[in-house]
Amino acid sequence: MEKYWNESMECATHEEMRALQSFRLSQTVRRVYQNVKPYREKMDKMGITPDDIKSIDDLKKLPFTMKQDLRDNYPYGLFAVPMEKVVRLHASSGTTGKQIVVGYTENDLDVWSECCARALTAAGATKHDFMHVSYGYGLFTGGFGVHNGAEKVGMTVIPVSTGNTNRQINIIKDFGSTFLCCTPSYALYLAETMEEMGITKDDIKLRGGLFGAEPWTEEMRQEIQNKLGLKAMDIYGLTEVIGPGVAFECSEQNGMHINEDHFIVETIDPDTGEVLPEGTQGEIVFTCITKEAFPVIRYRTRDIGILKREKCSCGRNLVKMMKPKGRSDDMLIIRGVNVFPSQVESVLLQLGNTAPYYQLIVDRQNNSDTLEIQVEISPEMFSDTVKSLEDQEKLIKSAIESTLGIAAKIRLVEPKTIPRAEGKAVRVVDKRKLKGDENK
Amino acid sequence: MIIIKQISVFIENKPGRLKAMTKILKDNDIDILAISIADTKDFGILRLIVNDPEKASKALKDAECTVKMTDVLAIQLEDRPGGLAKVMDTLFDNSISVEYMYAFFSKQDGQAAVILRVDDNDKAADAMENAGIKLITSESIKKM
Repeated sequence: MEKYWNESMECATHEEMRALQSFRLSQTVRRVYQNVKPYREKMDKMGITPDDIKSIDDLKKLPFTMKQDLRDNYPYGLFAVPMEKVVRLHASSGTTGKQIVVGYTENDLDVWSECCARALTAAGATKHDFMHVSYGYGLFTGGFGVHNGAEKVGMTVIPVSTGNTNRQINIIKDFGSTFLCCTPSYALYLAETMEEMGITKDDIKLRGGLFGAEPWTEEMRQEIQNKLGLKAMDIYGLTEVIGPGVAFECSEQNGMHINEDHFIVETIDPDTGEVLPEGTQGEIVFTCITKEAFPVIRYRTRDIGILKREKCSCGRNLVKMMKPKGRSDDMLIIRGVNVFPSQVESVLLQLGNTAPYYQLIVDRQNNSDTLEIQVEISPEMFSDTVKSLEDQEKLIKSAIESTLGIAAKIRLVEPKTIPRAEGKAVRVVDKRKLKGDENK
Repeated sequence: MIIIKQISVFIENKPGRLKAMTKILKDNDIDILAISIADTKDFGILRLIVNDPEKASKALKDAECTVKMTDVLAIQLEDRPGGLAKVMDTLFDNSISVEYMYAFFSKQDGQAAVILRVDDNDKAADAMENAGIKLITSESIKKM
């Protein structure tokens, strides 16, 4: 039988939910207008006052918030409470090395734990379970988000964080972990390492898992489930909104329920900004209606997805978001890290006078993402000694790593060898085959 | 001129690249006098001594190759045991370091020769002269 963490919210009727959302929205807008100058200025410019926002139907009158707005107001410009109320900071990687900083009040952390507790309960976790968290702990929201949710559920949390795979497997085995949380590619890597160590799924007690922070396919899900002997659930979230737990899968494993009492979701046409009817594919936009420290209003995620509001076999009435189908710009997620080709360009520009042509080649080997950056050699870079060319490669490599936050292989190639389309180089070749549940 | 112009060309490690480059030289009637390749896992550096470096460089650049002219020395060796050792002794005694070197046959009297890339050409040339070691000039290379 399906278990809920908060049945009254998760199974509320659409009418009840709309009434709650309308109330919370008008309050949030009023508070944000009073406390956050950039939001107030934007609304003033459009001639909107908090009095104009009475219900969820008025949401479309409000201006969008873009990632650039978050960057422009780095670090604390969009915080809606004084810093003494902020008890936690997290950060997400930005496109030009500039991070986005988000803050949480005590109440915000409660909301976040609640969201994750719902996700864990939907995955079948109870206080009798052992939660093995292999998400990174730190500025990244993954580790702490799920950790707090699991504690709220009453699970025995094992905060392993990332790295040392052999040790992780020994912990899963010896501590009797029953739930696992990590990126889907790491789950597969764990499974492979387990095989190498001669440990089978019968030697461990894992029975459920929440996997997120990077795109994955139905095939990967099947593989994770088969190899680790657990039921694999998708969990969605983004730092700008709160972190993991914005949406989660239920036993149906077909689309993620959005915690609508905390986040209002819309889909819009990414080109015109026009709100699309539910059921139409578009860019996902979130508005926080309970967060105190960092409530984003109509935040454009650049994730493309479809909203489905139909009766779910799990009994929840929360709207479902069908897996993001891609990004509305050129962002890549590599090993769970957001990577923009423009970051590579800026690094190369900083190293030389001109930005050479380059190409990112993303692949998946041994279930782990790989990144190779091919750089066309310029006469300025070229030298007759191997040592100085290898030094060039090293210089690019370390600059790329410090900007992107992930390692990349640098490969110098001959001029005019990177394919050009309409005069511009093709920036990205993504060889990871993401197919499968696109149309479900 | 005792300084010789070497042509260095960037080549990726993939089939057909050497073939393409030697064809460019052939089509432009360039005579290769000495050749060496420094190779790494992903790329190589083709180093050439040719009879007409300016012409060769232009032809390669026109074909979108990355080319660089480098100053090197060509040293005439006594073709007998110890010939090269004498050169190395001289360089070492004068604290000159060798980046790389490769051999070629001088057409004069069947004598051996090496192309030497050092950190200080002028200092090396002076040292060779003082030690009585003969350098091949760019003029005589052109006639080879």
